[in-house]
Amino acid sequence: MRNFAAIYSKEMRSYFVSPVAYVIAGVFLFLSGYLFRNILMQFNLWCLQFGQRAQQMGGQMPALNLNEMVVTQFFGVMDFIWLLVIPMLTMRLFAEEKKNGTIELLMTSPIRTVEVMLGKFFACFSLYSIIVGLTLVYFVILEAYGSPDWGPIFTGYMGYLFLGATFISVGILASALTENQIVAVLLTFGMLLLFWLIDWSASFAGPTAAKILHYLSFIEHLEDFQRGVIDSKDVIFYLSFTFFCLFLTTRVIESRRWRR
Amino acid sequence: MIEVSELSKHYGDVVAVENISFKAEKGVILGFLGPNGAGKTTTMRMLTCYLPPSHGEAKVAGFDIVEESMEVRKRIGYLPEQPPVYHDMTVGSYLRFVAKIKGVPGPKLNSRLDDTMEKTGIAHHRDTVIGHLSKGYRQRVGLAQALVHEPEVLILDEPTVGLDPKQIIEIREVIKGLGGDHTVILSTHILPEVSMTCGQLVIINNGRIAGEGTPESLMAQLKEGEVLRAHIDGPPGAAVREMIARIDGVLDVSQEPGSEEGVFLVTSLPGQDVRDALTRQVVEDGFSLRELRPLDMTLEDIFLSLTSEEVTA
Repeated sequence: MRNFAAIYSKEMRSYFVSPVAYVIAGVFLFLSGYLFRNILMQFNLWCLQFGQRAQQMGGQMPALNLNEMVVTQFFGVMDFIWLLVIPMLTMRLFAEEKKNGTIELLMTSPIRTVEVMLGKFFACFSLYSIIVGLTLVYFVILEAYGSPDWGPIFTGYMGYLFLGATFISVGILASALTENQIVAVLLTFGMLLLFWLIDWSASFAGPTAAKILHYLSFIEHLEDFQRGVIDSKDVIFYLSFTFFCLFLTTRVIESRRWRR
Repeated sequence: MIEVSELSKHYGDVVAVENISFKAEKGVILGFLGPNGAGKTTTMRMLTCYLPPSHGEAKVAGFDIVEESMEVRKRIGYLPEQPPVYHDMTVGSYLRFVAKIKGVPGPKLNSRLDDTMEKTGIAHHRDTVIGHLSKGYRQRVGLAQALVHEPEVLILDEPTVGLDPKQIIEIREVIKGLGGDHTVILSTHILPEVSMTCGQLVIINNGRIAGEGTPESLMAQLKEGEVLRAHIDGPPGAAVREMIARIDGVLDVSQEPGSEEGVFLVTSLPGQDVRDALTRQVVEDGFSLRELRPLDMTLEDIFLSLTSEEVTA
């Protein structure tokens, strides 16, 4: 536990001492804020148009769902930005240690690889959660002008925690495989995109294969959360994916010890 | 304290280290000497549990490096060739981090940090970011990192490389001060370093041990009789040379290459001191003796003869 805490605080410090955390949070919040504003403006426009049309036709204005048209839209955008940003949060975790030779310090210290890996994982996950948490401000603004349903918003954010853990575990694995940070970014990005789009090929596959491909898709499982559903199968999917990647990471790092 | 027996490391078909065995008792400073690429770093990495050996075994502080790696790692301090420092951390926070993962108990932490920084001369840089330090200071931080938990065994890979002469002397003093309490293995390809700091020597070349012992015993082992340098003023020609050659116990006389006439290298039979006889003879023959001194074999000579023997073998 002490070792875990030492690694964790070292990693957190390194994120916040360097510009990394600030730049990533800044760019992410700027982009997501900008897109949130546009989604909101779009919704305004629709309200206006529908209102006018309803007046012209002399009928009732159809109800426009704030959750569906703003919240879900925004979540869709945020998924995609994280797909691009997470590889940059994770790339340095092990690749940098290898490049700098500090991995020799970690590997020759009386500390277990699992502790190193978990310290790094949770540091990255904390930074991610902080940035995700900051976007809740947008919904507070939304609450000031409308009345969104908070249930799906909260489950949506819960989904982000699971999705983030999964993305980060993929990133850590890629970072453990190389000492080159650019390679780590590309590997992570490739893996994430592949599992993002994997259900596309389901349309051309047999019924069993299609089921499997659907199941493996990152995005399919997220949609349930964003609709306000907490399904154990989604939770299990994300957690098992995360555990698997973290397990592989530990093995990759330790493999040096058994490669005779 | 350290027992290495028939340790080998192969990378595929490439042999990095082959059948190395040696021992170091507690408190000894053992110099690991060899040209670049000889296998020094590989051996050290095996001893620190960073790399597993292909064959053979080694015990550090009584624990097996493969089976009881965690116990070994608790008892070693290791300075790799490239100091394992985080460039974005300050010296103080870095050492605190290392002390924690090395298992220094909380109450002792602060005093250990102060001690270590004092010993390695970096106390005034406590709050400096490591990335802003010069190479020499980074090396000291690396050394401090290896010392912070007072390990029984210290393994230092080329600890003085890249330092300026003044820093080298200072670091050597620090290392010398460590012998006795700690067992130190240090690798180097700088010969004077070994004669100044180490009590025991292992010379390694091409992954094999080429020589072993104290610096003195290695020199004695390699000396084929004593060599004297004699400067004798006498008539030109071979007269002086022949005079020397007649003295009892002299094996060989030759004009020292590159020197003025009259400077001879006199090789005597092992264990025989011919200096008295030579002086007497010179006086008897009416020549004058300008200089007479024994030529010691330097570590360079030992090293070259051992490592080049290995090449021709």
